[in-house]
Formats: sequence, structure tokens, C-alpha cells
Amino acid sequence: MSWSEDVFSVLENQQISTIATVPDAGLSRVLSLCEDAPSKKVVTLTTEEEGVGMMLGLWLGKERGALLMQSSGVGNCINALSVMASTRCPCAMLITMRGQWGEFNPWQVPMGHATQPVMEAMGVYCYSVEQADQIAETFDAACGLAFNGGYAAAVLIHQRALGTKVF
Amino acid sequence: MDQHVTFPVDDEGRIRRRPLVAELMSHRGDALVITGLGSATYDVAAAGDHDNNFYFWGGMGLTAMTGLGLAIAQPKRRAVVITGDGDMMMGIGSLATIASAGPDNLAILVLDNERFGETGEQIGLSAGVTDMVQMAKGAGFQTAATFATEAEMRELPELLFSTPGPVFCVAKVAPGNDERVLPSTDGAYLTRRFRDAL
Repeated sequence: MSWSEDVFSVLENQQISTIATVPDAGLSRVLSLCEDAPSKKVVTLTTEEEGVGMMLGLWLGKERGALLMQSSGVGNCINALSVMASTRCPCAMLITMRGQWGEFNPWQVPMGHATQPVMEAMGVYCYSVEQADQIAETFDAACGLAFNGGYAAAVLIHQRALGTKVF
Repeated sequence: MDQHVTFPVDDEGRIRRRPLVAELMSHRGDALVITGLGSATYDVAAAGDHDNNFYFWGGMGLTAMTGLGLAIAQPKRRAVVITGDGDMMMGIGSLATIASAGPDNLAILVLDNERFGETGEQIGLSAGVTDMVQMAKGAGFQTAATFATEAEMRELPELLFSTPGPVFCVAKVAPGNDERVLPSTDGAYLTRRFRDAL
């Protein structure tokens, strides 16, 4: 999973020092790289909207954070994202998708279907990526938009890039 | 806190929040303060606006987590969250997140009037069987306590601004709305101002 190493490099280059997450299988490699890195602090959340609130606190304290989560967690963040819009706080998000191509679990489909429209309705710029070798460069661009422009920006990693979850 | 300081109470002997917050804020030193939407924001603004106050006007449930982010980003400064019981209950799971992260420079004060004061004084969950301090202890807070009497309130400045964190305090206060003292609602301005003042 070389894209995970590349995303970790983006986190380093963007000087993102704190990662907030509710973990997902597709993010496990990135998260373990962050856990092992002295330059990174990983905060495990109870629910994803906490991470949005935390991004504001980090920014108020002049630090950069990123929020890593599964697409089902986006639904938990809707009202929290209004705070990002109201404060012009940068909010860089890396999201692994469920409920798309080949999803085995039908309960994942409604939120997966709604993830991008919901985020866009809340003012988040969304970049969907279907090829693994484009994840890191797209996340780098999203971080640039977030931290230079004061926006919320999300990279949605399509299930085509991750492979589908099967049991 | 000076022993001669007295705290105004209501007809039933309950501590009034506005003068309590004013007294507490007089001890802030160089603390960074985040306030929860509604009366907590008005109380802190009434004590005097400050560049290192950040006031929530929305995002109910997030205040404590913004305090955690700030505490992580500014480990040498004291980060203090002042919020209401409704906001804290909505984000009650964040107590587990915060206790696990374990910031030694973060304190949370909940002004618990057991009401949804903004929306018509409807009874809140902390008026009944729910005990936020027990929830905080279960979440992993080593320092968590309820404060109801004047004598107890005298301990709050030390806990909020000095005691190693994470600290969780619930101050039981009288219901009823004080005069609304409204700070800026411009979130981008409040954010930029706060950062520039660090």
C-alpha cells in the first residue's frame, strides 16, 4: 500500500502534527505510520464531529491537524462543519469511502451515496479519487487549499482504489 | 480566591452564574478561554472581552473538543473551556477522548443550571439522574468534582487555572437568564484575533 507512505509524506510536508480519527481499515497503514512517528500525535475520537471541533482548537493554537475517517462518519459531522464555514478554519479531511462499487453491506450504501452531496452542502470542497497513485497528490492539493485559503477540503478515496471489504 | 469574596445567590441560595464567572475570570492570568454557545459565551463576554477568548455561537457539543485541540497546540499555556450543561451533555463522549489524550494544561468548567436556557428554560438531563462528574470519572478524568456552595466555589480558580489537567468541574448555578452581553458573532474575526494574540 504505497499510497499510505505517500500520504504520510504529505502530512510531514504540510507540517500536520496532530491526526484526529475514528479508524477505518483503509486508513490503518497511514494511522500506524503516524502512531510510530515522533512528529505526530494521533487522537482517537469517540465520534467524528469531535475531530472537526478539534481542528478549530488546533488552528486557534497555530497548529495544523487533519481528520481521517470513513465516509459513514461524515454524517456525524454535518453541524460541526458549519463551524468551519463560520470561522474560515482550515479543515483537511481524508475519507475512505463505503457504500460504493461492490459494497457487500447494504447498510453502508445510503451514507456512502450521500457523503459527497452532504459535504458539499456544508461548504466542503470534495475531491474524489479512484486510483491509488493519485491519493497523495490530491490530498496534498486539498491541504494546500485548506491551509492557504481557510477552507474545508476533503479527499474521498473511492472503493475502487481501496478494494471492497468482504467477509 | 480571597476569603472575603462573596457570591450572590438567588432566592433559593443557588449561586448566580454571572458574578461567579466574573470572579473566576479575574484569576485568568494568561489562560486561553473557549466558551460554549449561549449563556456561557455571554457570561465570559460580560466579564470583559479579551483577544484570547474564543466564543462559540453554534456547533453545540464541540466546545470541549476545541479546548483539547487548543491544549495540544499550546502545551505551555493553560486552556480553559467554560460551557453549559447542554453543550457538555451533547458532546459527553468527548470526555473519553480528552481523558485518553490526557492534556495536563486543559480544564473544563460546566456552568450547570440544569436547563436549556436559550430555548425557554426546558429542564435538562443533568437535573435528573445523570451525573456528569461520574461520567467524567468513568471516562478517565482523575480530577473531577461538583461545586454547589460558596465555600466549594472558592476552590475553582486553583482548579481552572493551576491544577494539572485534565480537570473537569461542574458548578451548579441558578437558572434564569442574565442580561445578554453579546460579543462579536464574526467567527473568522474571532479566530484571527485569537491567533494574532498568541
